[in-house]
Amino acid sequence: MKVEVDYERCDSNGLCMAACPEVFEVRDDGFLYVLQDEPAEELRPKVVEAADVCPTQAITVSD
Amino acid sequence: MSDRVTIVGASLAGVRTAKLLRRYDFDGAIALVGDEPHRPYDRPPLSKQLLAGRLEPEAIALEGDELYDSLDLHLGARAVGLDVATGAVDLDDGSRLVGDHVVVTTGAIPRRLPDQPQLAGVHVLRTLDDALRLRSELGEGRQAVIVGAGFIGMEVAATARGLGADVTVVEFLDTPLVRGLGPVLGAAIADVHRARGVTFHLGAAVRAIDGDDRVRSVELDDGTRLDADVVVVGIGVAPATGWLAGSGLTLDDGVVCDDHLRAGGGEGRVWAAGDVARWPSARYGQPLRIEHWTNATETAQVVARNLTGGDAVHDPVPYVWSDQYDLKIQVVGRVTDDERIEVAVGDLDELRFVATASRDGQLRGAVGVRWPRALLQFRMLLERGAGPDEVAQLAASLNA
Repeated sequence: MKVEVDYERCDSNGLCMAACPEVFEVRDDGFLYVLQDEPAEELRPKVVEAADVCPTQAITVSD
Repeated sequence: MSDRVTIVGASLAGVRTAKLLRRYDFDGAIALVGDEPHRPYDRPPLSKQLLAGRLEPEAIALEGDELYDSLDLHLGARAVGLDVATGAVDLDDGSRLVGDHVVVTTGAIPRRLPDQPQLAGVHVLRTLDDALRLRSELGEGRQAVIVGAGFIGMEVAATARGLGADVTVVEFLDTPLVRGLGPVLGAAIADVHRARGVTFHLGAAVRAIDGDDRVRSVELDDGTRLDADVVVVGIGVAPATGWLAGSGLTLDDGVVCDDHLRAGGGEGRVWAAGDVARWPSARYGQPLRIEHWTNATETAQVVARNLTGGDAVHDPVPYVWSDQYDLKIQVVGRVTDDERIEVAVGDLDELRFVATASRDGQLRGAVGVRWPRALLQFRMLLERGAGPDEVAQLAASLNA
């Protein structure tokens, strides 16, 4: 599974971090950091949830 | 599992319901009905990036061919009636869709002023066409009068200033954004707008909107006359339930549902999601109807789960955001007149803070400005109903 963030769209709402803090972190600087761009398969439900809740639909999960 | 679902309303709640039904392996027919001619699109950018001209309509599309090719799509068609007993939906083009289940996602329609004239230059903002029309009339030196200082009005004010328009905001209440943020935070945001050149008329009502071939001025109830090239009326929305009158569904400022978002009909035939749905919130001990993007996705998920054999209950901590200039404003939970609102971390004057909203010492909601990470931490406390000690502890650690 590959996680990609379109930083042109990302608006740092931070909802992805609530859904999957293992992969997504919004830091105090206000920017989103992807902690692992090929997370383990068992994180898939949480990563998909993170993509679903993103208000700017900036997260793509492939494979 | 049923074999045919009709979804009436092709904005976020309807599209997301269809998408999730497919993801949850619903293999029956899905009809999606939308009264706008366009492919479904995302509404939040309409008052911001799209209005500003930074995004074009293609960039705000919701989903793509993969989903729509799997649906029976009826665009530019308005539902005019529902037979709850048979699950039949009548469209204004004369066709009738029959389904085992109907999902009502017709959203909401903008409220208008009493006697609001049909004049060129007088706008509401709900649809893509509304936004493109308004965009074509905003620009350097244009005199824009915005009626209503809620989130939509203030986002349009910020965007219009960015386009060089002269902006005046008229609000019936004494403080902008007071319903969403309370008076102290609302006043702080209003000051940001003033610093950017926005003029406010607060505690003021519109007596008349005047013009000839197009709008020319707005008259307030104290006699003030404001020159206007463009007027935007942003005084809230009403749930789009007119087509359900006489259907037998219970309508009361929305479609009344149970906590599974079932609205009625035999064997749970009719469901509702998005802005139009009213449901009993156990978390807040009252019925709620919420007009936020996130609620549309959450209600869609509940309905899609329940239509595919699930047993999902809708009872979220509400979330909404607003972008004005470089301010990101985020609201979680309930922030109303009944809560005590105080800045818990950060600094109001620096416009980077989180304010908590509490009742009887219990955290009920939070407002964050330009600090998503901190807001998120308060949101996590809200989700699990944390007590005052934990809230104080988090505030202390963030202030350290």
